[in-house]
Amino acid sequence: MSGPGTPSLWRGAGRLIVKRIGLALVTLLLVSAVIFTISGLLPGDAAQEVLGRGATTEQIAALRHQMGLDRPAPVRYIEWLGRIATGDPGQSLVANKPVVEIISERLPNTLTLAGLAALVSVPFAFLIGIASAVSRGRKLDRSLNILTLSMVALPEFLVATIAVLVFAVELRWLPSITIVPKDATLAQFARAYAMPVMTLAVGVIAQLGRMIRAAIICELDRPYVEMARLKGVQPMRLVFRHVLPNAIGPIVNAMALSLSYLFGGAIIVETIFNYPGLASLMVNAVTSRDMPLLQACAMLFCAMYLLLVLVADSVAILANPRLRQA
Amino acid sequence: MVDVISPDVSRRTLLGGLAAGLVVNGAGLRAAVGQPRVGGRIRVASTTASTADTLDPAKGSTGTDYIRHYMLYSGLTQFDGQLRGKPGLAERMATQDNIVWNIRLRRDVHFHNGKPLTVDDVIFSLLRHRDPAAGSAVKAIADQFAGAKQTGPLELQLRLAGPNPDLPAILAVSHFLIVENGLRDFSRANGTGPYVCSEFVPGIRTIVRRNPNYWKPGRPYLEEIELIAIPDEISRVNALLSGDVQMVNAVGPGSVERVRASSTHSIMEIPSGLFTNLIMRRDNPVTGNPDFVLAMKYLQDRELIKRALFRGFATIANDQPISPIDPNFNPNIPQRPFDPDRAKFLLKRAGLLGVRLPVYAAPVANGSIDMGSVLQEHAARIGLNLAINRVPSDGYWATHWMKHPMTFGNTNQRPTTDMMFSLFFQSKALANESGWNNPRFDRLLLEARSTTDVALRREIYGEMQMIVHRYGGLAIPAFISLLDGYDRRLKGLFPIPIAGFMGSNFAEHVWWDA
Repeated sequence: MSGPGTPSLWRGAGRLIVKRIGLALVTLLLVSAVIFTISGLLPGDAAQEVLGRGATTEQIAALRHQMGLDRPAPVRYIEWLGRIATGDPGQSLVANKPVVEIISERLPNTLTLAGLAALVSVPFAFLIGIASAVSRGRKLDRSLNILTLSMVALPEFLVATIAVLVFAVELRWLPSITIVPKDATLAQFARAYAMPVMTLAVGVIAQLGRMIRAAIICELDRPYVEMARLKGVQPMRLVFRHVLPNAIGPIVNAMALSLSYLFGGAIIVETIFNYPGLASLMVNAVTSRDMPLLQACAMLFCAMYLLLVLVADSVAILANPRLRQA
Repeated sequence: MVDVISPDVSRRTLLGGLAAGLVVNGAGLRAAVGQPRVGGRIRVASTTASTADTLDPAKGSTGTDYIRHYMLYSGLTQFDGQLRGKPGLAERMATQDNIVWNIRLRRDVHFHNGKPLTVDDVIFSLLRHRDPAAGSAVKAIADQFAGAKQTGPLELQLRLAGPNPDLPAILAVSHFLIVENGLRDFSRANGTGPYVCSEFVPGIRTIVRRNPNYWKPGRPYLEEIELIAIPDEISRVNALLSGDVQMVNAVGPGSVERVRASSTHSIMEIPSGLFTNLIMRRDNPVTGNPDFVLAMKYLQDRELIKRALFRGFATIANDQPISPIDPNFNPNIPQRPFDPDRAKFLLKRAGLLGVRLPVYAAPVANGSIDMGSVLQEHAARIGLNLAINRVPSDGYWATHWMKHPMTFGNTNQRPTTDMMFSLFFQSKALANESGWNNPRFDRLLLEARSTTDVALRREIYGEMQMIVHRYGGLAIPAFISLLDGYDRRLKGLFPIPIAGFMGSNFAEHVWWDA
């Protein structure tokens, strides 16, 4: 066995990653086709939604023509595909602005919220997961299990609503809706994000913590751990030096899933805290039948998800000498 | 010449008719609520914001749009508490025949960019709605503007295609606010309104600052207003109670006690003409049967609907769309009672007992699902099977509304009696919900338009209400009150029943007393 870093050994991993990227592109294409077809099944179109209830059929027909919605769906899809291939998601039908412009207003918000939530959740999740695994079956493990299971069971809207009632309405410590002023000070920033981040973190910490626990326990049962123990390796060193590197594959995968959830699935938190993120933008695009915007959001979520999974897989592959050589 | 609106009239009505007088010139009443003062910054949350938010008054489609437009622009007229058109940028509007209107503009009015208001701006602002390319939401109304010409430095003559005595009220609608001559690009706002736009992000927020050169001396009072939308009712009320916003609309009847329990906040109930109605289509043999229609009207448990669905924040209605807040309301039509026996008799006579019928309801038609359930319960007791199909709000108007024999509709207060009747009850109207056709009704509608005598028009409208009450295809159980919640330090509020937030025009009336 030669050490890591020699080109011949990395080639296999490289090939695997390239294959993954190719598959990701195919997935994106399929997802875009599915979204286009399904959204075409929704009743009404952007012209009707814009003009509202009082519109005459002539007005609707005129606007439909103006928006290009009177052409057959496959033609519109191919056109859209051609544009997106060059990196242009087109013009929003409803806002009369480039989709890129609309998304660039919201994307930083979503990234900030997801990033902060991840930053808070990951250390806690590791702490809980490791502590729980190491003390498996003992009191600490059991109480942590009860804690994480009840955190998983608590729906986000309940956590958020109770948090608002307690911290915003009763105690008045924190704002009930997330509004970040343009030149916010650190204190303003922290106050604004405290509750949404906390709400998101509750679910993520619990889920990620449990997955880390499971991954570590799985490794702790392996013969090499027993061997190390028998050799007299210190428990801390055992976990960090021997077990964690071997458990990193499943853990990174679990992290990727949690992060992709934070990125695209924060709709409840966005609604309750009135936070202008991407998830509510996408819901908005659905109700206004704004196809270019909807497609762009869907592509973005899908691409983000695939990217995270790809990164997780790559880390798992690179961390595992057997896969690295395959 | 009949002066329909002039400053003298407005001062008199404001002082006499309204509590609102105290926020304008009613010096004697002012002491009761304290002196308006300049200053303060508030944040206001309405219910909807989307990427379709616009700075173009012609394209306004949500309450949030209307509020934004009233902050930035001014109209030729403005609504008072009785929905009459009072002088705005038009100092005087006069007509002899309800067709040719002579309008004199106020002098020394300036746009936010310093340009003085001219007759050209007004003519452009009115006539642009007729152009299909402008995408105006009120094109159908503006089509009656036959032409306009300048008759003096600050005077113009507007000619209508047919008589319409309601022009002053129509021009107070936010879509008809005055913009700069020739303007087609509304990426920036340049109006003559009480506030100047300092930030506008569609779907997220609008921030406006006080316009120091506003044409009403001393006004507006607030230094800055931030307008956002919180669609979720619970979040909206929480934001109000936690002090993050100072005013909200569409408070649910169930949250009223919570808001009133706090010593710092209050609720303003605005009786309005908003209603949710059961539509029975004429083109179906069952729902087109007059006995069936009448039976459904007798099956409306109006008291229960008012008490249980709206917790009392509603007014019992009488199967016709003109509410008691409308000056043309006819109080002499006997109230139709809840009478299951009579309904049963009518159904039996029509041979329709035992039929099974679907009714479509959606959350977007305010309260329709509960109204449907109440109706279903009472119908079952007399042997009529109604199936309530609950469908999603999304796409309801395009796919279900008026498309089945029985659906629910939901109609807002309209600025004038004529608009309500012509939009929803004239036989050729696009939204003639039941598809009825009453020649006498149609004739009276035209007759009222050409009448200059207010009392006579009231009489005509009274008869039309009677016709709809008797023969119309709609069951209208109740008029739903609008509920605004506000911080008690916010002063100068009074209801303008066209919509919440003082008819969307709170910005120029309120002040911050802290």
